[in-house]
Amino acid sequence: MATLQSYLMVTAILFGLGLFVVTTRRNAVGVLMGVELILNAASINFVAFAHFRGNDVAGNMFSIFIIVLAAAEAAVALALVISLFRQFGTIDVEEATTLKG
Amino acid sequence: MLNMVWLVPILPLIGAFLNGGYSFSGKKLVRPLVHTIACGAILGSFLVTLLTFIHFLGLPSEERSVTVTLFSWLNLTNVKADVAFLIDPLSLVMMMIITGVGSVIHIYSIGYMSHEKSYARYFAYLNLFCFAMLCLVMGSNLLILFVGWEGVGLCSYLLIGFWFHEKKNAVAGMKAFLVNRVGDFAFICGTMLLLWSLVSVGQGTVTYTELKGAVHLLTNQTVMGFPVLTVVTLLFFIGATGKSAQIPLYVWLPDAMAGPTPVSALIHAATMVTAGVYMIARLNFMYSLAPDTMNVVATVGYATAIFAASIGFTQNDIKKVLAYSTVSQLGFMFGAVGVGAYTAGVFHLMTHAFFKACLFLGSGSVIHAMSGEQDMRKMGGLKDHLPITYKTFLLATVAIAGIFPFAGFFSKDEILWHTFNKEPVLWCVGVLAALGTAIYMLRLVAMTFFGACRADEKTKHHIHESPATMTIPLIILAFLSVCGGLLGIPEALGHLVGWEHSNLLESWLEPVFAGPHHEVEAGHTMEYLLMIFSLGVALGGCYLGYTLYTRRQDIPERFVRRFPRLHRLVENKYYVDEIYQKFIVDNLLRLNQWLALFDQKVIDGIVNLTGSITKVGAFISGWFDRVFVDGLVNLSANLTLQGGRGLRLAQTGRIQDYLYVVVAISLLILFWRFS
Repeated sequence: MATLQSYLMVTAILFGLGLFVVTTRRNAVGVLMGVELILNAASINFVAFAHFRGNDVAGNMFSIFIIVLAAAEAAVALALVISLFRQFGTIDVEEATTLKG
Repeated sequence: MLNMVWLVPILPLIGAFLNGGYSFSGKKLVRPLVHTIACGAILGSFLVTLLTFIHFLGLPSEERSVTVTLFSWLNLTNVKADVAFLIDPLSLVMMMIITGVGSVIHIYSIGYMSHEKSYARYFAYLNLFCFAMLCLVMGSNLLILFVGWEGVGLCSYLLIGFWFHEKKNAVAGMKAFLVNRVGDFAFICGTMLLLWSLVSVGQGTVTYTELKGAVHLLTNQTVMGFPVLTVVTLLFFIGATGKSAQIPLYVWLPDAMAGPTPVSALIHAATMVTAGVYMIARLNFMYSLAPDTMNVVATVGYATAIFAASIGFTQNDIKKVLAYSTVSQLGFMFGAVGVGAYTAGVFHLMTHAFFKACLFLGSGSVIHAMSGEQDMRKMGGLKDHLPITYKTFLLATVAIAGIFPFAGFFSKDEILWHTFNKEPVLWCVGVLAALGTAIYMLRLVAMTFFGACRADEKTKHHIHESPATMTIPLIILAFLSVCGGLLGIPEALGHLVGWEHSNLLESWLEPVFAGPHHEVEAGHTMEYLLMIFSLGVALGGCYLGYTLYTRRQDIPERFVRRFPRLHRLVENKYYVDEIYQKFIVDNLLRLNQWLALFDQKVIDGIVNLTGSITKVGAFISGWFDRVFVDGLVNLSANLTLQGGRGLRLAQTGRIQDYLYVVVAISLLILFWRFS
């Protein structure tokens, strides 16, 4: 029987991997993928806590919300990436530094 | 009739405004319009005066004093003065003279000024003068009198300097104005002192009718140790010496001849210069209470009479001779009022207005004919060329010389008779002055009308009798010079033909000069003797004057050679002008220079110092502003700039950098929270 700690361990590793991807990838699509990993880590956390609290519906609901939110976010972010590509001819986030002070 | 009497001064004022506006507007000059307005205004005044006079004749003598109040002017606690006219026998006589002689002179001016460019301006001034003079004589109180007094001074100034583009004339106008100011200052001081003293006895008033009842309260009052009434009347008299050209303020009148000749006739002979005599006659109740002043008035009057007459001998300018003659005759009038013979003074004022106006207008006619020449040495023999002028001039000369039965005889004789009763010494002076009058007037006539013409050919060719507008006034005035004296036939003469109260003027003026009746009833014998004596003096003077300046011209010439110093002294008018110049005018100018220097050095110095101090202060505050205030402002700007430059490093624009920060801070919070 898996314990809550094992779940939390998996999600922590998943979150850490996501964070690592987001911070190190120069490719915008890669960054997005990292964001998905972070979101999924959070989602798993919610489900796990819901299960160990006696199948609390609220936790599952949050997880579903996060999935929907992630879909919407991916749509918007991909549109931004296309726009970024049109503007700069690249999707390297290191190149898009127009907001540099 | 009396409710229309305000028209008398107002009509000339309206005329003055119309013509003044016309002159000012610069519209094309239409001469008939101008002189119709001016002459119409003064003739209207004359008509109203005449109707008032007729109305008064029908009243009993005690009702012949009416105050016509127009509106309230000053209404203070202690003093009240209305704009009101006092119509009584004295003011009516003056009004008749001013409007009557004034009308005649207005008409004369039409001819005399016919070539003048500033025609409308001239008539505007003339009408304005009549307004002011009528205010002076009609006003019911001293303040209105003073308004008129100043008004005539102003008009006199304007008319003397009428041809102001010549500096000589402008200077003469200024001299007249300034000399008059001296007198006017004394006059207003007198008014103030009188008012102040009257207020202190609880009777503050300036109205003649009330003054008459109040002045006796002042008899024991003193100011700085002198009796108030004496001081007040003396101050008034100084005012009169300015306006009426008496010693020592007479110097402006001869110079006033720079004005147009009709102006000399109206202002500087017939009316304005008699204002002083009128004033003393009007305030007779006050002067009678100040015997010391009366002595001064009489002495100054007779001194002026003889002094001016002597200068008249040596003048060669026809108008200057008449000017000194005017000063001399005014001296007679002051002599008369000074010995208390107010009626005689006013009588001489009236007859003098007639014959002196006639003489001046005659001289104007002569000057007109001589193309502007005024020097008698270049005249002569004009009697055939100017018959009307000659005849009228001769009649007026006989009148002024005092030959029976012309006007001057009666008036001058009455003055001398009263003087003889009071001060025989002054009488002697008066007789001498009368003799002088006869001689210098005949000298004038002889040099102008008799003998051979001494003018150059061009002028001689141009000599012509004046037009009717000029000769008719001459005839009217000559007629008045002949008959005017009949208004005041002395009772001694009336007695001879069985005519009681023959002195019409005296009984007419009696309500004004009511006082102790002449107690001199020493019999008429003395009066007859004096009359014959003065007639003899006048005739002798005429004969002497005529002879000396026609057939025996060698006598005056020899006299001049014999006493060259004396002649030079008199010819230069006793150097009075020069003395005034040296002792008064020059000192005043020097004072002015000092003051100007003071102004330049001290006052300007203070102003400049203030300026310099401000400049230094401004420099310091500017430096402080530049260094400190600007420094602070720049410092804060620089700090912001530097801070921005530092902070900008943080804003890389790379999302991942921001993410590092977020993660790092999150981790820090976690550690801080859970450690």
